[in-house]
Amino acid sequence: MKKYTYTEKKDTRSGFGAGLLEAGKKNPEVVALCADLVGSLKMDAFIKEFPERFFQIGIAEANMIGIAAGLTIGGKVPFTGTFANFSTGRVYDQIRQSVAYSDKNVKICASHAGLTLGEDGATHQILEDIGLMKMLPGMTVINTCDYNQTKAATIAIAEHHGPVYLRFGRPVIPVFTDPDQKFEIGKAWMVNEGTDVTIIATGHMVWKAIEAGEKLAELGIDAEIINIHTIKPLDEEAILKSVKKTGCVVTCEEHNKFGGLGESVARLLSTELPTPQEFVAVNDSFGESGTPDQLMTKYGLDSINIIEAAQKVMKRANK
Amino acid sequence: MKHKISELEDIAAQVRRDIVRMVHACQSGHPGGSLGCADFMTALYFEIMNHSTDFKMDGKGEDLFFLSNGHISPVFYSVLARSGYFEISELATFRKLNSRLQGHPTTHEGLPGIRIASGSLGQGMSVAIGAAQAKKLNKDHSLVFVLLGDGELQEGQNWEAIMYAPHNKVDNLIASIDYNGQQIDGPTEKVLSLENLQAKFEAFGWHVINSDGNDMDAITKALHYAKSLTGKGKPILNLMSTQMGAGVDFMMGSHKWHGVAPNDEQLAAALAQLSTTLKDY
Repeated sequence: MKKYTYTEKKDTRSGFGAGLLEAGKKNPEVVALCADLVGSLKMDAFIKEFPERFFQIGIAEANMIGIAAGLTIGGKVPFTGTFANFSTGRVYDQIRQSVAYSDKNVKICASHAGLTLGEDGATHQILEDIGLMKMLPGMTVINTCDYNQTKAATIAIAEHHGPVYLRFGRPVIPVFTDPDQKFEIGKAWMVNEGTDVTIIATGHMVWKAIEAGEKLAELGIDAEIINIHTIKPLDEEAILKSVKKTGCVVTCEEHNKFGGLGESVARLLSTELPTPQEFVAVNDSFGESGTPDQLMTKYGLDSINIIEAAQKVMKRANK
Repeated sequence: MKHKISELEDIAAQVRRDIVRMVHACQSGHPGGSLGCADFMTALYFEIMNHSTDFKMDGKGEDLFFLSNGHISPVFYSVLARSGYFEISELATFRKLNSRLQGHPTTHEGLPGIRIASGSLGQGMSVAIGAAQAKKLNKDHSLVFVLLGDGELQEGQNWEAIMYAPHNKVDNLIASIDYNGQQIDGPTEKVLSLENLQAKFEAFGWHVINSDGNDMDAITKALHYAKSLTGKGKPILNLMSTQMGAGVDFMMGSHKWHGVAPNDEQLAAALAQLSTTLKDY
């Protein structure tokens, strides 16, 4: 198992804030919009640097999506920022008609996704957003795993033409990816090469997959760990190549098992390479109040759940 | 004035012929609101807006128009074709398979003149505000126009946008309300009362003018006046009284022709009231 270490923990949303500032410096057409959550989205540095390119919308997310769509018509590259719940479910029809169907170059940037939002509870903890967004034709869907990857992804989507949903989170987590990485939309990242089982993880679950991989190695299981940061378009080639080798797969995501990364992988495998698969995901449930760690444990999203799923799926594959 | 009023009236008559023929040909669509807005749309595209039929999505240096109540697509398509954005013969494809003239307007099929999809109501005002703010960032002094249905004001997103525009001094925006008092299920005052729209918009900080949307001289003057009010710190609202079905007597004054196509006899009766001023497509 390849060794991953970290010297600091940071939140992915701060990676977004840093990436937005850099994207703004690179491209004068980049603008930002926020629905009364500037601090939570870490947009302060961008606003300080480019006050005239920032639009405070107020608590009016539908209007924010529409204004962003309109801004693209004048050649702007708008980044909208609010919590994942208010970025997707609340404004689904606005995104569908004014952004996706209208082919508008809007970057929908969503913080506080999933259970790790914590104490605010289920009204704010969306676990359905990946599904909602990936169903929209033409929408790119990205869920990043640490500060550095989120920063790099934010810069990359500014250079990509087309609507993007960028999902990140609230808690501080290990920073373990390369600070100088070049983020390639739709390209899987090989975290660890292995032969016994493929573990595919996205977002906050990538670090947990690494923890699980280390423990599996102690048990004599050589796990291949792949980070799928881009859920749509899916890197089918990387997944098929790995699964051909290992013959079994575990998918890990901080999302409902319905509609998420796991289902995208299952759709691919069922048509191309039917393979035993286990899902580490929320079991069709809303979340609740609690600390992020408590919630991840209660809803079955810990490294132990990945280890158990790997052992189970290997058995199913007669390994 | 680019045109005499009588010339604009002639164009509007032809636009009305196009509307009833398009809706008749596919036996679906929304003639009532389309007919009611024929004069406004003609005035806008043939007299008021500075625009180029050599279509570019960014519309830099041009006035832009957004249709929020997308179901009145027949009048939009007719005016675009009659202006020269695409061949008038293409109007015959309205709502048919493989057409660029979808039931509701879309950018998705690449029809020149369309900059946003609309149909799901309540979204156009926000888009128009975004386009207007982009113009300001680009130091582009041209204007943004948007048309909304009155029933559409029941959608909450409009009021988010109506609150936002004055606060942000979006004064390069002229919104018009197709104030015909009708919606699918009946008069707006019965379905969900709009109450005093002028007072509501003024309370939100808009400069409101009133106009008769079915009098070419009046609507043209009103829109010229609206243009003169831009750049003064407030968005402009043109509260425009119209008659659903205007120009075809048996379609007027009722919500019944909101989304119903005429049969052969009704088409003939309608066309008999509308002179062929330009050539039919």
